[in-house]
Amino acid sequence: MYDVKKIRKDFPVLGLQINGHPNTFLDSAASAQKPQMVIDKMVNIYSKEYSNVHRGSYLLSEEITSEYEEARKKVQKFLGAKEDSEIVFTRNATEAINLVAATWGRKFLSPKDRVVISEAEHHANLVPWQVLRDEIGFELKIFKINDDGSFNPEEYQKSLNDNTKLVAITGMSNVLGTVFPLKEMIALAHQRGAKVLVDACQYIVHQPVDVVDLDCDFLAFSGHKIYGPTGVGVLYGKEELLSIMPPYQFGGDMVDVVTYEKTTFDVPPARFEAGTPAIVQAIGLGAALDYVMNLGMDAIKAHEDELVDYIHQRLPEVKGLKEIGTAAGKGGVISIVMEGVHPQDLAFLLDKEGVSIRVGHHCAAPLVHRMGYESLARASFGLYTDHDDIDRFIAALQKAKTFF
Amino acid sequence: MDIEELIENFQFLDNWEDKYRYIIELGEKLPPLPEEYHAEEWKVQGCQSQVWLVPQKEENGDLSFAGDSDAMIVKGLIAIVLSIYNHKSPSAIKAVAVEDIFAKLNLQEHLSPSRRNGLLAMIDKIKHYAEIL
Repeated sequence: MYDVKKIRKDFPVLGLQINGHPNTFLDSAASAQKPQMVIDKMVNIYSKEYSNVHRGSYLLSEEITSEYEEARKKVQKFLGAKEDSEIVFTRNATEAINLVAATWGRKFLSPKDRVVISEAEHHANLVPWQVLRDEIGFELKIFKINDDGSFNPEEYQKSLNDNTKLVAITGMSNVLGTVFPLKEMIALAHQRGAKVLVDACQYIVHQPVDVVDLDCDFLAFSGHKIYGPTGVGVLYGKEELLSIMPPYQFGGDMVDVVTYEKTTFDVPPARFEAGTPAIVQAIGLGAALDYVMNLGMDAIKAHEDELVDYIHQRLPEVKGLKEIGTAAGKGGVISIVMEGVHPQDLAFLLDKEGVSIRVGHHCAAPLVHRMGYESLARASFGLYTDHDDIDRFIAALQKAKTFF
Repeated sequence: MDIEELIENFQFLDNWEDKYRYIIELGEKLPPLPEEYHAEEWKVQGCQSQVWLVPQKEENGDLSFAGDSDAMIVKGLIAIVLSIYNHKSPSAIKAVAVEDIFAKLNLQEHLSPSRRNGLLAMIDKIKHYAEIL
């Protein structure tokens, strides 16, 4: 039984008062709150176990190295990856995508090739490919989605050709909540001989992921969106791909033999983790994954699906409100516009009621413009969101309307 | 309306609802900015709403400004900013302690850089015009 009231007690920030009201935190898609066990784990490391990793000539370093590598195994387990060497710790998902662009992309893409992305990409999965296109001269093909935000299989299939080398797609839109049929999309891309990178930042927070079953070649996500700390992200890459990719950054911890004349590089994942990594953050991420795996990703998905149904029942009560992105099976990312009320005005007034939402282009400006807007207000759910949050959100929207 | 009058009016507003209704009212009363000025040239880079600012030099060398936003609360805040800076000499503009005035209005949160409402950027632009005009 998923006891959301009990779960909420694990997240200290949810207990705060905001402008004299209960904290109605509806911006988890930007960054999620942290359970106490993640905070405790990190404090404990700093106060009782800290030293550098992979310098193992003394006890503390041996212990923390094993904790750090244990965190990698937790990510492996969480993703269903075959090997822990397929898990690279990065700074965040943005760095993970940039790593693929800078290493695999620079080595294997040429001017005759095509890279396919969707209209629904976050800047982090658009700009790296634009910049690399300008450098290499390949074609960047952006396939269309439907006006309601849903996936259009014909448009996707049309975008694939025999020159397609890479499909880089979001699993779930951070603006529209659309969940893309990754498995089918990946199979189609593979039929054309293309590799597939999944930007799983939003997707992975809301449903189970199995990289072997999906058969994706790369997958990127950020720690802080899945209830872990900031400063750590993950790149999953198939072993056969990571092993033929050149290093991304150079320095300590990623080398094999170094002389003044030349250097040979370590094998993955060390090859891609130059310098002292975000040790405590990676271990904190491991704790966060323990937390969600203990609740069960299926249970989290069922809880959030019910919340999406509930908000869809309640939203029509607010006259003049329109939801942008209404694909069937969408996740808990609800972008709205209110007739005659600028999203920023809405956010100001909601904040006064203790309701935190995000406004603007959500780092997906072309998508917001494609949907016909300059700016959208977005409420997003996490595993701790409950009916009271939605009730307070609806009440605050009704109140905001009275100002105009 | 000058800023002293505004500060006085704000003292009668004792809850946030009345204060924001008044700010929205100030926005509604702001003289409309002619369409031709809603151009990239006059846009102040904000993140979450669009803000435009157009300077004008008066005969005595004072500066005055016209402004607009597509967000109503921001527009009201612009009205307050303009009542602070309009019809002032460039040197008087540079001497204004705008943070103190916003603190008196209890609106200092809107000057926080993290708000990205374009207000701080607009004040910087006013000061920039005071340098160059």
